Amino acid sequence: MGEIHGWGRYPRLEAHETRDDDLLRASREPVLFRGLGRSYGDASLPARAGAQVVSTARADRILGFDPTTGVLRAEAGLSLAELGRVILPRGFAPPVVPGTEFVTLGGMVACDVHGKNHHSAGTFGNHVRELRMRVADGRVLDVSDSSEAELFAATLGGMGLTGQLLEVELQLKRVPSPWLRAETRAYPDIETLVAALRDASGRVPYTMAWSDTTSRGRSLGRGVLITGDWAEPAGEALRPYRFRAPLEFPIDLPSGLIAPLSTRVFNAGYFALRSRAGVRVVSPRAFFHPLDGIGHWNRAYGRRGFVQYQCVVPIEADPGIVRRLFEILLRMRGASIITVVKDFGAQGRGMLSFPCPGITLALDLPMRGAETQAVVDRLNDEVAAAGGRIYLAKDALTRREHFVAMETRLAAWNEVRRKWDPDARIRSALSVRLLGDEP
Amino acid sequence: MNAALFAATRGIGRALARLLAARGDRIALLGRDALELERSARDLEARGASGAVSTVACDLGEPSGFGAALDGAAAALGRLELVVVTAAVFASQDELERDPELCRRLLELDFTNTIVFCEQARARLVAGGGGTLCVFSSVAGDRARSPVALYGAAKAGLDHYLDGLDLRYRDAGLRTVVVKPGFVHTGMTEGLRAPPFASQPEPVARAALRGILRGQRIVYAPPIWRGVMTAVRALPRPILRRSAF
Repeated sequence: MGEIHGWGRYPRLEAHETRDDDLLRASREPVLFRGLGRSYGDASLPARAGAQVVSTARADRILGFDPTTGVLRAEAGLSLAELGRVILPRGFAPPVVPGTEFVTLGGMVACDVHGKNHHSAGTFGNHVRELRMRVADGRVLDVSDSSEAELFAATLGGMGLTGQLLEVELQLKRVPSPWLRAETRAYPDIETLVAALRDASGRVPYTMAWSDTTSRGRSLGRGVLITGDWAEPAGEALRPYRFRAPLEFPIDLPSGLIAPLSTRVFNAGYFALRSRAGVRVVSPRAFFHPLDGIGHWNRAYGRRGFVQYQCVVPIEADPGIVRRLFEILLRMRGASIITVVKDFGAQGRGMLSFPCPGITLALDLPMRGAETQAVVDRLNDEVAAAGGRIYLAKDALTRREHFVAMETRLAAWNEVRRKWDPDARIRSALSVRLLGDEP
Repeated sequence: MNAALFAATRGIGRALARLLAARGDRIALLGRDALELERSARDLEARGASGAVSTVACDLGEPSGFGAALDGAAAALGRLELVVVTAAVFASQDELERDPELCRRLLELDFTNTIVFCEQARARLVAGGGGTLCVFSSVAGDRARSPVALYGAAKAGLDHYLDGLDLRYRDAGLRTVVVKPGFVHTGMTEGLRAPPFASQPEPVARAALRGILRGQRIVYAPPIWRGVMTAVRALPRPILRRSAF
């Protein structure tokens, strides 16, 4: 028994976490599976204090890899870091990667994660060929587009609530080298930044922007656009790829150190540093997972932790929405140290999959209790009114009524879940908070 | 290298097998559960093991099968150059005191049967012109301590045997590598409270591989345990008696 939490270290819960390298054995009871605990809020926490949760991270074997087709099958606990280490030297890359490589295949399926290439490649679920899962009645099923397609679609982005993921089969992407050619360019405000982002996404497979939520007035939302693609094997991109263990963040900094003023200073410094335009050949970690270079960077927020808030809003229907969200943040002193802006492409197969066409914002907010809750509530009012939605993998504070208002697909998903798990035996702290499950 | 690994489907054995695979070594897996062996074989092939990874049925509880299993591995590999033994069981002192059958079984598996297996491996390695026998023991074998009185006794006996093996067969080309891990987070120790210096399988496996490549006789893994156990061995008996360590 010990305290567990997600990456944001809020909320925390006493739980009985066990690790098992045999997922068939571990899934005999319909308990919640968790991967490496990198979802930010309560998605990987059990429904109530003291309940059990199984970590899958030891179940990390590759069960098949065909270097001619790039089809790979593995146990659900295999981490993206480990996968990359094996496949990058062989000319393949994961098709879609989120902001950290310390996530498991099972976790990526459950959250139907997206990355810098959402506009060109969709979500992780788009590249999943088959899942082996144990459903609540104990049966082990292979599900795909052609077998139990409904369960398959409900499981992509289903937050682990439709069954326990045992194995994942996915299609890898062939790449010319294990390096990326990255280009950086600065823009003076949120409108030009978003326009440049959408323009770049028409041409380049990987795009994202970092934006300063602390700058005001004319330079509100100024930021840096980062674009890239896999580098052709020439010059610098001929180096062999080496995996380096991250430097560990040594201590918990005092909570409250990351406050509006320090965030402004950090953002201004970062903007000055990164705003020089340039092209560089960089490692996959530097391009996709820059924060992974520092292990446990979440300790910078102290014991009180932080929450991440990520929403997507349909910008075609409501061009002013992003600026309005930034203004709310400024007004409510909800400054965020790292604000990511990205345009999404088409919605994927997952019934509860987060991305849909529009602009997504991801904010880190130091946890300051009711004050932070109020910021999230206010943002959710605006996002719900604009027809947007939030990302469950990040969320810790959204209220059920907001979630229900945003999530028009919930009834259909609930129906599939009820069909396979009528008593909601597999549940989490998140499903208690947002779906109304019994704790 | 051509390596036969006994019980390498999980834990430290799995981590060491992956390091060998990444080097492009040829691997044969010995173990009890055919399905688990197959799954691990596919994993090691994907991670770069040379050729197909072969699997051979072998149960630490069935010494009569050891010889045939090693012959099977040798046949699949061509020539046996390295034999790694991570097969072992663990139980707490309390459990062993409560259950005499469990106690008998642990002593049989971790001492008698492990040594019988090593004897079979030794004979084949020496007959083939030499090679490395790497056996996972434990820091628990270094000095009697109250929480591991029984488990430690089996490991101390095993260490004694391996020490003798080195004296007797080094000139015949047998390199004996004894790996002594401290507490490692694996399925074997799941649910136990981790003491100081607890480690993960990967660094232990890396230390073991270094030891194998250098022909080191005793490998503490992680290396901090060499100092820790030197201190523990030097502790005056009255202090050791009163400590829970």
